[in-house]
Amino acid sequence: MATTHTRSAARLMMAPSVILLLAWMIVPLCMTIYFSFLRYNLLMPGMEEFTGFLNYQFFLSDPAFFDALINTLLLVGGVLAITVIGGMAFALLLDQPIFGQGIVRILVIAPFFVMPTVSALVWKNMFMNPVNGLFAWIARSLGFAPVDFLAAIPLISVIIIVAWQWLPFATLIMLTALQSLDEEQKEAAEMDGAGFIPRFIYIVLPHMARAITVVILIETIFLLSVFAEILVTTNGGPGTESTNLTYLVYAQALLQFDIGGASAGGIVAVILANIVAIFLVRLIGKNLEA
Amino acid sequence: MTLKSILLGAVSALALSGIASAETLTIATVNNGDMIRMQKLTDDFKTKNPGIDLEWVTLEENVLRQRVTTDIATKSGQYDIMTIGIYEAPIWGKQGWLAPLDTLAADKSYDADDLLPPIRSGLTVDGKLYAAPFYGESSMVMYRKDLFDKAGLKMPDAPTWDFIADAARKLTDKSSETYGICLRGKAGWGENMAFLTAASNSFGARWFDENWKPQFDQPEWKNTLDFYVKLMKDAGPPGASSNGFNENLALFQTGKCGMWIDATVAASFVTNPKESKVADQVGFALAPDNGLGKRGNWLWSWNLAIPAGSKKVEAAEKFIAWATSKDYLNLVAEKEGWANVPPGTRTSLYNNAEYTKAAPFAKMTLDSINSADPKQPTVKPVPYEGVQYVAIPEFQGIGTAVGQQFSAALAGQVTVDQALKNAQQLTEREMAKAGYPKK
Repeated sequence: MATTHTRSAARLMMAPSVILLLAWMIVPLCMTIYFSFLRYNLLMPGMEEFTGFLNYQFFLSDPAFFDALINTLLLVGGVLAITVIGGMAFALLLDQPIFGQGIVRILVIAPFFVMPTVSALVWKNMFMNPVNGLFAWIARSLGFAPVDFLAAIPLISVIIIVAWQWLPFATLIMLTALQSLDEEQKEAAEMDGAGFIPRFIYIVLPHMARAITVVILIETIFLLSVFAEILVTTNGGPGTESTNLTYLVYAQALLQFDIGGASAGGIVAVILANIVAIFLVRLIGKNLEA
Repeated sequence: MTLKSILLGAVSALALSGIASAETLTIATVNNGDMIRMQKLTDDFKTKNPGIDLEWVTLEENVLRQRVTTDIATKSGQYDIMTIGIYEAPIWGKQGWLAPLDTLAADKSYDADDLLPPIRSGLTVDGKLYAAPFYGESSMVMYRKDLFDKAGLKMPDAPTWDFIADAARKLTDKSSETYGICLRGKAGWGENMAFLTAASNSFGARWFDENWKPQFDQPEWKNTLDFYVKLMKDAGPPGASSNGFNENLALFQTGKCGMWIDATVAASFVTNPKESKVADQVGFALAPDNGLGKRGNWLWSWNLAIPAGSKKVEAAEKFIAWATSKDYLNLVAEKEGWANVPPGTRTSLYNNAEYTKAAPFAKMTLDSINSADPKQPTVKPVPYEGVQYVAIPEFQGIGTAVGQQFSAALAGQVTVDQALKNAQQLTEREMAKAGYPKK
């Protein structure tokens, strides 16, 4: 237990960094809110005027907005499902004593070190390209027509690319959790005649709950704002098939140079992200307590 | 060390860097082949102008456009010279964002009268030149002579769309990965919409009527898009909805396209044996028409301009004069051969026998540029200028959003009718938001 004295000292010492952080976040946020009420297009100087909620009205009534919302949720959900299940599977496999374990582990973790733009480019040009890509070549040599991934199933393609990058992270966290599991517990259960599946459900899974929570919370924060992969591969298209909220705001700000509209979109995205965050913390954050 | 001395030090450091950079020009440019070549040749400029140092910021087209536009609109002054398109030049000139190139236009040795008239007029507002063209282009048909011979076809100098469509279907042999025609499908106002807007002119379509009402609900646009989507489905490469200029260039150079309708600057790349497998088999023809009096070719140029309020106008003008002069053309010819000279800006180049001999595409390029008319681009009257774009500031955003819809139609995600309906709706929205029709 801290005394009153040490507590106030701690507050004093933390003050500068807290104030700096707040300023860092509050100034841009206030400017964004201010801009979101202005008619402010970079290409039309001298036209700035207060327009009330017009920007919000246009952003929320944009047919692309609803698509973007659904796509954002699908993207987060899809990647989470793949990485949590896949990460668990990889962690279980990597935990087995095999020859060359170290090298295999490094190979599995490697994608995490590749920059998002680079991996997206490699996937787009080397794997998913319907004329020159590896998948098309495999399909053709097996006698099938090649799939045009980025045009036919754009959102799924983006999910695959993003999941590939986040799988190592999930694997790593889950592997550490798995290794902290007491071997004696498992052995005891095994001697009592429990098979692999009951052992997994009643011993391993409860032990991993915290790791899974960490993976879901951290990944959700990053996945809500996936951008580079979409920009490099599909540009949000075809149509709005792979446009998420981040990309929609980008398009408003840097393709249409509509700062007012983009700010309104940004504020809407912040509000939605906070709703998701509250929901997540309430629902699964409990696991982190105690 | 006291606070005062730290501050003094900082101030003097700033002052020093100010002095040192007085002679450094920061140039933003696009990563196209001709500009990269210019950077390699700058020693020539530096020996002629010892006081001026150059710093390059080379970016991909879309990124360049974003950086340059935000820089000039917020007046942050990062760049002393900007590479801008013929779309931006008149809009920015009118808004007072660019310094007029009066000295250059009056300079006899620079010879501004030698600039090709369609390009020069595109860069001029109220009689003042606001940017100097580095290279100019139109679009044309590039085709494989060997495939045409094999199919028993002969390409006319001025083909119709019907002939192109017919030939494309005959040339297609999907089992050997030969596709009759490669066209742009990647969304973007400078990507698929450049091609489709130019093509739609020859189908009699237009973006807006005289009262700025969007025209995507008219039959001419339906004809254009129907034709394009069907043709690409029958005779185009898979994945066409993500192909832009560079993707199509790669397909054509590796011998996978029978025809390609795109920028005339591509001609020197597809006929260069170092880069192209089909270099000796490429023929050229004018972009197709439908007998309505307008051809489906565009007009574009990349230009150098100086932001208004720049403190280095004099030095910047010297560089622009060097990079867009006749001497520069001679310099490139001497170092790299005549075929690699930046094309499409000067009449004298096309009167030069050495150039027309080295560049088999020269005549077709000039004819294509001269047949594009930005002042009267469509069959029906329009309130805007621009062949493959609409010269209003809002067009970048609208053009890209419409491009997304048309790219989705090409990918088969939506029908042609749905894509046109969406395009009409979103264009109406944006125009209403921007307050059109303006008086």
